[in-house]
Amino acid sequence: MADKILHAVYDDDDKLLDAVKQIKAANYEIEEVYTPFPVHGLDKAMGLKETRLAITAFIYGCIGFCFAIWMMNHIMILDWPQNIGGKPSFSFIENMPSFVPIMFELTVFFSAHLMVITFYLRSKLWPFKEAENPIPETTDDKFLIVVEFNGDEKDLKKLVQQTDVMDIKVHINKKSNHE
Amino acid sequence: MYTVTKNIKIFSFTLMAIGFIGLFYGFYTAPHSIEESNAIVASYGDHGHSSDHGSDPDHQNNSNHKKETHSSSHDNSVDHKENSHEYEEHEVSHEEHVYHQLSNRPWSALYVAALFFFLISLGTLAFYAIQRASQAGWSPILFRVMEGITGYLLPGSIIVFVILVLCTMHLNHVFVWMDPEVVAHDKIIQAKSGYLNSKFFLGRAIFYILGWNLYRFFSRKLSLAQDKAKDISNHKKNFQLSAGFLAFFIVTESMMSWDWIMSVDPHWFSTLFGWYVFASMFVSGITTIALVTIYLKSKGYLEKVNNNHMHDLAKFMFGVSVFWAYLWFSQFMLIWYANIPEEVTYFVTRIEDYPVPFWGMLVTNLIFPFFVLMNSDYKRINWLIVMTGLVILFGHYLDFYNMIMPATVGDQWYIGIPEIGGIMFFAGLFIYIVFSTISKVSLEPSGDPLFKESEKFVY
Repeated sequence: MADKILHAVYDDDDKLLDAVKQIKAANYEIEEVYTPFPVHGLDKAMGLKETRLAITAFIYGCIGFCFAIWMMNHIMILDWPQNIGGKPSFSFIENMPSFVPIMFELTVFFSAHLMVITFYLRSKLWPFKEAENPIPETTDDKFLIVVEFNGDEKDLKKLVQQTDVMDIKVHINKKSNHE
Repeated sequence: MYTVTKNIKIFSFTLMAIGFIGLFYGFYTAPHSIEESNAIVASYGDHGHSSDHGSDPDHQNNSNHKKETHSSSHDNSVDHKENSHEYEEHEVSHEEHVYHQLSNRPWSALYVAALFFFLISLGTLAFYAIQRASQAGWSPILFRVMEGITGYLLPGSIIVFVILVLCTMHLNHVFVWMDPEVVAHDKIIQAKSGYLNSKFFLGRAIFYILGWNLYRFFSRKLSLAQDKAKDISNHKKNFQLSAGFLAFFIVTESMMSWDWIMSVDPHWFSTLFGWYVFASMFVSGITTIALVTIYLKSKGYLEKVNNNHMHDLAKFMFGVSVFWAYLWFSQFMLIWYANIPEEVTYFVTRIEDYPVPFWGMLVTNLIFPFFVLMNSDYKRINWLIVMTGLVILFGHYLDFYNMIMPATVGDQWYIGIPEIGGIMFFAGLFIYIVFSTISKVSLEPSGDPLFKESEKFVY
């Protein structure tokens, strides 16, 4: 565990992206980046692993699709068949076109909601959780890079100062002191 | 600068020559009299559908309905005589009906192919105008490719117009409402004759074609002038022109689809037909942009175009394919659900007589591109885009085939020599004109103020 933490604050997402690239290029480890909104291309610049959320979206969509088929078959065909517009509900396949909007909506519904829930679980977020932002301005209009490092801070500070930075602070890593 | 290679020339001229022979064969073998037509039908042997035929004395080509729908078309026709006469008349009119359908077939094959390739070019023009009007940052690098494809707009529109003029001269029965005999016996068409008459029809066609081609001409001119200009006044003018064109286009495109496509079924109407046709031509146009770009890249041109641009094109192919399916289904489901006889005949004809192209185009236009292009990484793999693109183009040809053929040739359809000949002829002409337009100027719109942004574009 690194014993020191550097906080570098930026006021623009392009400046942040350039700085992340430079810090990565100098082989420093970026622990985390806090931004008020998703910055395009930041995940690639940080070298994060590709998210598997897209795959879960597909799986959840399939579940929603199947659920809609089961639900409409149960409601409209098995449980309470009605004659709507001269189309008696005795067969699923013959009434299928009128179920397509429901299948579509439930596919989207399952995909979206389960994906959000998955994201929360995976990111260890829950209601009333205390915010982890080191500085609250990152929820407003500031961007923060957190770099963990060992030993001398001079080189890193010099590197970060070359970027279009607003503010630099170095902290002692409290977590590493406990260990 | 790109120069048209010998291979492209040989390829396109061969396609045109074979296609021409195919079309000629189609016209040559089409029946020229009822006797010839009867001989052709007899040569098929026992024809399953013929018994359903011809209870329409008024030559409404959508006669292959279910029984329920017949009652409505009976109400519409004025000249119903006593039952004993009717039977005899039907026998004659059935043979004449089949004769008209068979003689329509080469015309329809010619018309569908001419219209399809013209609409690819028109769809590309709409896409180009949207890029201009929205000041898109990613696409200026592809402007010369789009302008190359819209180079086919003028020849394509002239060909379509000539075919429409020949139709109004009663050389065929593709548009039944043009036949005064039919109109005289049909109350519904009579009521529409203020709009559906040959003079107004051709006048409207000239209006649309002129408007689209004028935009193409001036936008291209401004686009080329911008490369040499020092300020961005050309760019700004092009922006205004494109925004104006889009307003003009969405009205005229919709009316064009009623005139040139929907009026082959003059009793039938659908309010979202214009959008539906637009989605079809739009996705075909975007797919063609992607295919031409990949071809030029494979030959070492467009070196600044990279995976990011292909990714965006593929996203459009994916998105508009889904949009097409949405409109197709919206049209289908409302008509299927309401089940109004005069509307539902449209789908009854297609499902009964055209099951393979009708359901097949759902696979090629929605299911296939949906699953292949869903994955983000696959949108960057050129051979997957090419493969999907060819399937999409084929599927949208089928879409236009399904719009025209059931009304003009009925159950006498087949995708044979005239149809394939039509596709080959116009594909050859399209390829030749597109690549020779591309070869006229530099492939880089280097003076465009958004060119740098486009070059640096990262998805």
